[in-house]
Amino acid sequence: MNKKGYISAKTSRRVGTVCSYILLIAFACIFFTPFLWMLSTALKPTNQIFLNPPKWIPEPIMWENFGAIFRRMPLFGYLQNTLVLAILPVIGQIFAAPMIAYSLTKIPWKGAKYIFPLILVTMMIPWQVTQIPLFITWSKMNLVNTFVPLTLPAFFGAPYYIYLMRQFVKGLPDSVIEAARIDGAGEFKILYRVVYPMCKPVLTTIMVLVFISGWNDLNGPLLYLQDSSKYTLSIGLQMFLTTARQEWDLLMAASTMFTVPLIVIFFLAQKQFISGISTTSGLK
Amino acid sequence: MKKAPDPSKAQSGIKKPASRQERRFFWLGLLFVSPWLIGFLLFQLYPILSALYYSFTDFNIFQPPEFVGLKNYITLFNDKYFPVSISNTAVMSFIGMPIGLVVSLLLALLLSKEVRGMPAFRTIYYLPTVVPIVASAMLFLWVLNPEYGLLNNFLSLFGIRGPSWLSDPKFTKVSLILMDTWRCGQNTIIFLSALKAVPQSFYEAADLDGAGPIKKFFKITLPYIGPTIQFTLVMGLISSFQYFTQAYVFASVSQMGQSITGGPKNSLLFYSLYLYINAFSYLKMGYASAMAIVLFLIVLVASFVVMHLMEKRISYDVE
Repeated sequence: MNKKGYISAKTSRRVGTVCSYILLIAFACIFFTPFLWMLSTALKPTNQIFLNPPKWIPEPIMWENFGAIFRRMPLFGYLQNTLVLAILPVIGQIFAAPMIAYSLTKIPWKGAKYIFPLILVTMMIPWQVTQIPLFITWSKMNLVNTFVPLTLPAFFGAPYYIYLMRQFVKGLPDSVIEAARIDGAGEFKILYRVVYPMCKPVLTTIMVLVFISGWNDLNGPLLYLQDSSKYTLSIGLQMFLTTARQEWDLLMAASTMFTVPLIVIFFLAQKQFISGISTTSGLK
Repeated sequence: MKKAPDPSKAQSGIKKPASRQERRFFWLGLLFVSPWLIGFLLFQLYPILSALYYSFTDFNIFQPPEFVGLKNYITLFNDKYFPVSISNTAVMSFIGMPIGLVVSLLLALLLSKEVRGMPAFRTIYYLPTVVPIVASAMLFLWVLNPEYGLLNNFLSLFGIRGPSWLSDPKFTKVSLILMDTWRCGQNTIIFLSALKAVPQSFYEAADLDGAGPIKKFFKITLPYIGPTIQFTLVMGLISSFQYFTQAYVFASVSQMGQSITGGPKNSLLFYSLYLYINAFSYLKMGYASAMAIVLFLIVLVASFVVMHLMEKRISYDVE
């Protein structure tokens, strides 16, 4: 930018634009290449994995690698468990977060202004602090090795999702809610008939985020699920990693299969998802 | 947030009896917030208090806890792995996390100019965060493979001999930082929306004054998105202190026959990992609880320090 004195503002702006495109494209390559690397390795025959320089397009393309994963681990069982642990929390958060956010922003009562800061403060509690006592409590209740400890808490809301929801619900016009009240609608009816339909972007965002975190979770299942019939994809993959050390073709095929559903969901929800994050993350 | 309760309001509340409507809204408000309230008591407050209690006991789950006073805390401060795990974690908090933030801010700045194909770039930058942590750890184990990995292959094009990223203790944390920076898309989107909210007129006025791009960045952009930076910084700090899953996966493949799986020369023994090992491998629940309480204090102090250092306090607009 030190050329400023010599060339016109227009040219310098053009140079800036070209530079930013170069950077954008360079970063896009850096961010995207690992995906290609994963897919390319997943499709390689064993004898082409360890080549220098690497061969990007394998010959022949080994689609069978994906089939081989199914023979190496009970993928359908893992998938079923993972879906339970991803979907139940989604239902829980979608039940709890709007209700709490509605109370905090649209019901005129005194508690709201004390509770919201408290919810923000609880975001700072590390999970390690609550982990041990909760584990002890769940094991006293004989609920270790069930899905209960991993799904039930979601029905009580989580601070981050409450926060996102609150940012969005706060922006909804009070007049609509007042009007519904004057019409004699009860608060539950207002929440489910008026507020929910207006919250689609943020609800989508929360659903996607909760689903991803349930799908991803390693610590929870690692701690609570001991029976191999209850294992999730995360645990299965982690164990596969320690047994199949050098079989990178199969490891990458497994990673690809583990990742693709999330990418599909992301693309389906992308528009609402990104607008949901954008509108709620602003600290208004 | 720190406002003292207004005494005049409280008094008027006592003088004037609450109307029926007000009482109705009070109970409704309480009812609607009750899931959080119950969850807070059961899943947060009660466990925190129990953790505090356990931290003063010897406890292995099978026998009832036995009170030992400050023994766990004293042992912790004499534990040779305590400083190791703290300094490993500090590397992620004070080097790794800020690098991620700078990269995501840079990407957001590039995207915030009117760029053609912006949605496509945004999607590409965001995509890595969608990859499950276990899968991306696995992918990076392979990308960083010293002989056949993507990165060292790329470096060799320039005649650079890449290190053994995952077995050389000097590079294990660099590997994690590389992976985490790859996954910085969430903050990119957050910064992008903050940047879009900066009024264009500020820049136009600065243009008239002949301010260059760097000056504009420091005088307009940075102060304006300050609250967002503060938010992402505090959140990043909190999560970096709890650094676990990535390290667990990386360390689990490189166990060198040690009793503690903290990766090569314990270079991946992060505080949370060490805590987890104490709690669930050694069943030293009391000791691990003391570690958890110390962690909690560190997180609290660090968050408040960050909030104070960045003078501009976030107004959460709680009224």
